[in-house]
Amino acid sequence: MSRSVSSLPRRSFLKLLGAGGLMLSMPTLASDMPLLYSQGDALMSDGLLQITPSGEIIFLMPRAEMGQGTNTGLTMLIAEELDTPPEMITVLHAGVGEEYKNPLFGMQMTGGSTSIMAHFEPLRKTAATAREMILQAASEQLNMDPGSLSIRDGKLWFAEKSYGLGDFVTRASQLQPPENVVLKANGNLRFIGKKQKRIDALAKVTGKARFGIDVGSPSGDTVINASDQNIPNLKRAALLRCPVIGGTVKSVNADAVKNLEGVQQVVPIFNGVAVVAEHYWQAKKALAELQVEWDLPELAKHSSGDIRKTFEAALSEEGQTAFEQGDSKAAIASANKKHSADYHAPYLAHATMEPMNCTVWLQDDVADIWVPTQGPDASQSVASEYCDVPRDNIRVHSTFLGGGFGRRVNQDYVAEAVAIAHASGLPIQLIWSREDDMRNDFYRPAASARMSAAINDAGKIDAWDVTRVGPNITGYTIDEMAGMFLPEFLPGGFVDWISKRGHGVFENWTVDHSSIEGLWEEYSIANKTVRQVTVDPGLRLGFWRSVGHSFSGFFKEGFFDELAIVAEEDPLAYRLNHCDDMPRLAAVLKKAAEMSNWQDREKLAAKGRFLGIAGVFSFNSYVAQVAEVSVEAGQIKVHKVYCAADCGRVVNPDGVAAQLEGGIIFGLSAALSGSITLKDGAVEQSNFHDYPVVRMNEAPEIDLHIMPSTQAPTGAGEPGVPPIAPAVANAVFAATGQRLRELPLRLA
Amino acid sequence: MIEFQLNGEPVSVDLPADTPLLWIIREHFQLTGSKFGCGMGLCGACTMHVDGVASRSCILPIAAVAGKAVTTIEGLGSDENLHPVQEAWLEHNVPQCGYCQPGQIMSASALLASNPKPDDATIDAAMSGNICRCGTYPRIKKAIKSVAAVQHFDPATVSEPKVAGGES
Repeated sequence: MSRSVSSLPRRSFLKLLGAGGLMLSMPTLASDMPLLYSQGDALMSDGLLQITPSGEIIFLMPRAEMGQGTNTGLTMLIAEELDTPPEMITVLHAGVGEEYKNPLFGMQMTGGSTSIMAHFEPLRKTAATAREMILQAASEQLNMDPGSLSIRDGKLWFAEKSYGLGDFVTRASQLQPPENVVLKANGNLRFIGKKQKRIDALAKVTGKARFGIDVGSPSGDTVINASDQNIPNLKRAALLRCPVIGGTVKSVNADAVKNLEGVQQVVPIFNGVAVVAEHYWQAKKALAELQVEWDLPELAKHSSGDIRKTFEAALSEEGQTAFEQGDSKAAIASANKKHSADYHAPYLAHATMEPMNCTVWLQDDVADIWVPTQGPDASQSVASEYCDVPRDNIRVHSTFLGGGFGRRVNQDYVAEAVAIAHASGLPIQLIWSREDDMRNDFYRPAASARMSAAINDAGKIDAWDVTRVGPNITGYTIDEMAGMFLPEFLPGGFVDWISKRGHGVFENWTVDHSSIEGLWEEYSIANKTVRQVTVDPGLRLGFWRSVGHSFSGFFKEGFFDELAIVAEEDPLAYRLNHCDDMPRLAAVLKKAAEMSNWQDREKLAAKGRFLGIAGVFSFNSYVAQVAEVSVEAGQIKVHKVYCAADCGRVVNPDGVAAQLEGGIIFGLSAALSGSITLKDGAVEQSNFHDYPVVRMNEAPEIDLHIMPSTQAPTGAGEPGVPPIAPAVANAVFAATGQRLRELPLRLA
Repeated sequence: MIEFQLNGEPVSVDLPADTPLLWIIREHFQLTGSKFGCGMGLCGACTMHVDGVASRSCILPIAAVAGKAVTTIEGLGSDENLHPVQEAWLEHNVPQCGYCQPGQIMSASALLASNPKPDDATIDAAMSGNICRCGTYPRIKKAIKSVAAVQHFDPATVSEPKVAGGES
């Protein structure tokens, strides 16, 4: 097995080569596969943190950096306990290994806004352990009282005299790690809670950051992923898929393609026909010349108009009870004041800026995969199903992700790339076009809901009753995850059989939480019921930034606003009156209202600007937003968004701010224009002209406030998304009297 | 054989004239800072300067740059000698995933070269061809304004394409 390391940051590589000496073996290092860069007698802590004999501090980043700032946020945790600025720590994307699992999931998935909450203590302990071991080794080596030594700015200090950390790692690596370490006291924190610039920003403004799509062109030497390398004889591949997802090749005529310049091979795979060429553009152009007949799946029988009618009809079905407290039906039946309304949300695509891609080099009994992925272990498991290489011999090299938003949890593009490499016998990079990406997503599910409520004589909501209609995500994800959790010796067909049970299991056994989350939790109401009616045309589904909350936030907060109007109360005051069980939600609602001068909104209205408010509890965080909107000639314009958020203790305030800003704009695209529709099972949208997203001219000014907190850290990546659509819809109601109950928002 | 200037160096390629500039830059010249996003000139991730004008290289046939000067993000500035727009991007901590940012920076630097003091509407117009799914627009706008607030262009040089000597 030969491995080129030509693209390692040269500085680190030379140091590692020169390390020599004792090789440290830590029991937590279950696998040395991804740890090309961990050779030498370095000090390892938990397999995540390495301090080399030359004194370099290397952090093997266990989570995917997809823009959410995890490289910076998690490195700050290491930096804190080593009292060393994050910029002085080398951060490398991790491969596959036990030590890189997300502690909350038991797998390596990056998602669910969990990175900070999951790693806040464990990573600090990892770094504190390394610190204590070096301090002890240094005190022995220098024959000094350990209390007189400290670590700061990448060095070991005795009064004004400093030593390189590397001087002590050989001895430190022979020590037993201490069982308990003390983390820095809150009052002594140097980095946590303070604004930190992104440590990957320089690479990202100079074009040097390496994304998956860049792997095939190994130029430059500032490579943050140290496993990047020159792949001999690499070819590019493009894939023609069935217009309806799930269709298979019936027949193919590639006569017109085989002799085109640059074309190497034409290979049919499980879901289409791939052209492998010297250059991507040759492969892409050749696809147009392929003649393929398809066997269409069941999905081809469905179009959006029919799907909508089926959803609407199902709103009056009983369904499965997902949550029940008291008797909402009886309370509504006997109420003097009641209200009901139907809400709708469409399928959505993720549309990450970097289209899906994957680079594969299969050799006899090992394989290398370079992939922008939210789950390297899932990439590995899926890859092994499409080639003859055992799972443990597949090395997954993670790269920066050009956006994730949940799309890169799914591994279909890895399966395709491995299948093409396997069939062609060539190392290949598969690049999706934007059209491939738009039409072969794992979509945010469409959903409808019938919202009903009773208001008692005191004006408070007495009953809350929701029936949600739509498909469920989890079954589609189980298809992909099952392989990872089942023993490898099971025959592929059995794994396939087990995984395909997902849909059936969730339809009849329990309600998929992601289908109904966010529909009832916040407000204190005596009688509450939530039911789920599963209707699934079969379009595959995935996690889309904020998952169920992306539609349920709109349903719940739009309908709550309606109830305030029915009760003839101020929408803010009405929410606060029902927040007894969620004081932190009440606090962000009050703050956002104060920031937007909510009480004086009549003055603003005189200028043609109107306010709408919404608050959502999601991913354990509380976010309230006020949208300032005008409506002219039937066009909704969002001028400004005020946002107050409680994410518990904040590690990097500027990172949280960036996530909230990004969440608002991501949610605004869905509120104003996002919609994926089907015609005969085929996705009708193809690119940014027919799937428009918010651009600079539509981006609102954003005024943020992050609540100070001593509570445990909670999510930041997703909770900014759910409140924006209802806040805008509620402002549109204030402006026009039109209650918009369907996304994207369209005035009559 | 098509000849042009790439980041200040004369280069030539012998390829079908309809091949988009983007793929030639990425695969032949191995400069991967310019990104593929849509292939239709809709998202701006591939933006380069052609004779100083921000251009969508994913739909620009290589034949169209014959004899012209092409500048990519690699030629705009280097780690040691950043362009003022890159400096401003760092100051405002703009990037998230970072994929669209080379294109954003190329559009912003072309704008500021031709209009040193753009107002909001001008910024919106010049930057609306560049999509960012992470939602960094508010920071991009602040960063552009911060450059506009301090820069003093010599009007005689404004029309000159910015060609830095940075090697890539």
